[in-house]
Amino acid sequence: MGTLRNGGRAAARGLVLGLLNPAGMALILLLFVVAKRSAGGPYLDQNLLRTLLIVLPLTCVVVLAATLIPGLAEGTRGLAGLTRRLAGDWCGVPIADPYRHETPARRDPATWRDMLWLSVGSWLGMLLVVLPAALIGIGVIGFLGSRLIGAIPPPAYPGNSTASILVFGVALIAAGLYSAPRMLTAYGRLGRSMLAPTGSAELERRVEHLSQTRTETLDSGAAEIRRIERDLHDGAQARLVAMGMTLDAAGQLIDEDPKAARALLIEARDNSAKALQELRNLVRGIHPPVLADRGLADAIRALALDTPLRIHLTSDLEPQARPFASIESAAYFAVNELVANVSKHAKASQAWIDFRQHDGMLKITVTDDGQGGADPRNGTGLQGIERRLAAFDGVLAVSSPPGGPTAVTMEIPCASR
Amino acid sequence: MRVAIAEDLFLLRDGLTRMLEAHGFAITAAVDNGDALLAALREDPPDVAIVDVRLPPTFTDEGLRAALQARKENPGLPVLVLSQYVEQLYARELLAGGSGGIGYLLKDRVFDSAQFADAVRRVARGGTAMDPEVISRLLARTTGDGSLSVLSPREREVLALMAEGRSNAAIAQRLVVTERAVAKHTASIFLKLNLQQSDDDNRRVLAVLAYLGG
Repeated sequence: MGTLRNGGRAAARGLVLGLLNPAGMALILLLFVVAKRSAGGPYLDQNLLRTLLIVLPLTCVVVLAATLIPGLAEGTRGLAGLTRRLAGDWCGVPIADPYRHETPARRDPATWRDMLWLSVGSWLGMLLVVLPAALIGIGVIGFLGSRLIGAIPPPAYPGNSTASILVFGVALIAAGLYSAPRMLTAYGRLGRSMLAPTGSAELERRVEHLSQTRTETLDSGAAEIRRIERDLHDGAQARLVAMGMTLDAAGQLIDEDPKAARALLIEARDNSAKALQELRNLVRGIHPPVLADRGLADAIRALALDTPLRIHLTSDLEPQARPFASIESAAYFAVNELVANVSKHAKASQAWIDFRQHDGMLKITVTDDGQGGADPRNGTGLQGIERRLAAFDGVLAVSSPPGGPTAVTMEIPCASR
Repeated sequence: MRVAIAEDLFLLRDGLTRMLEAHGFAITAAVDNGDALLAALREDPPDVAIVDVRLPPTFTDEGLRAALQARKENPGLPVLVLSQYVEQLYARELLAGGSGGIGYLLKDRVFDSAQFADAVRRVARGGTAMDPEVISRLLARTTGDGSLSVLSPREREVLALMAEGRSNAAIAQRLVVTERAVAKHTASIFLKLNLQQSDDDNRRVLAVLAYLGG
């Protein structure tokens, strides 16, 4: 029963896939014309072959024209994009987007490969995926239909007894159902051979991504250093200057007014305590001490102890297999920001943090029991985290339906040091 | 009273030594790493060990680990841990044994040498000295979930000082009230928080810390 349903669904999908192409559309047009011209006569005559030979190059010309006319190029991309998406959804062959986004469509090799697919490839593809549907259709209507309903003339071939027609019909349907999923896969592969990014395109995209994230990383590093410089300048440095002046004043007063000098000394001491406090906060923002001492799991444990939320932490991180320091730090600050978001916006009372590290991936999930409705497109916080993770090829996914709960998952490829 | 010191920065080690000597302590050893401290503690056990968290060779939490190790080897050995920063995680680890003789203070606390010497003596006698910053963060966390709302502002102040490990007399002096008034406050706090009353100062501190930490 399952095979039957799968086969049927695959055949239907194949039919849709096949007809959603320029080739399919041309075929529909063609059948329409042929049926009109040979009304009443046998519908498979030599006209079909002749017309086919005209229509095939014609499709190519139409697609070529469409590609060259600015504005229509978007249309061919849309059509190719639809094939890519459906190949992933229906054929189980996901195809990545191959376009260079900074070059005009006309100069992008991917556009020409799209065209190749739409003009030639889609014909081949259509023949593959429409075939099972056609087998089933002919089996049902031509063979079974003619016997069981009798409205259609039975197929004419030598020895067309009722039994043989029924057996033949069932065999055709079975062949269609059996081949449909396989043809879908073949279609996906064929599509991938023309629509997927080529090796060099993939490399180009990788380089583009790397240079973009590198620029962002360097920029944010430079901004961070500027912030630290400003904090030191306005904080600890200024306090030390004030302290020096206070001590000098105390030195001048110490003989004639010991009481006033003493008050100044106490002031200087308090200032040094404040300077230390400021330096401590600054250091915490640069590299939290527990992270340096113990690594990620304990640093998050320490973070959890400092938040009013009840945080439940689970982790399978091995203390001796620590990820690289840069990844640890990025992961720590990402979790730090997520926890801060939860306390500020989610109206949550509890949060769950889970760390998993396997197959060279560090996976962190932060879940809360809050009100949900977090949208990564609205919050600069989530976008910032996403951008910083991108420098490590890390990704962030948010699930936050209104009413909660919110779950943020981060995945960072990481080698242990 | 005899003290061993482990601090890797010469200036601070020297300053601590001089300051403690000025307050009448005898220094049994002043070393700059964890292994040397453990050796010194085995050879000539002091009344209290003062340990910096960050020590060579790893410059991570070497000193903390040495302190925990020393207490494992010599249960009840009073240890005062000093650090440039205080972490609740480390405070918990130090207190985990449930026995007294633990101090965990910011290095800044040496600015007030009289108070610092007082804390050292308290720890040496088996008491507790928790940094006000640890306590204020503990309180902030517990206040967040509302369980301290039963206390009056004054009682919360007393609770914080009590959690630092101070005696009633010290709290009274700090808040400029009589010792009897403090005793009244502490009784009320223990009643409201449903904690076991105890005459023993240290048991009292540990009960309060356990309540806040839980």
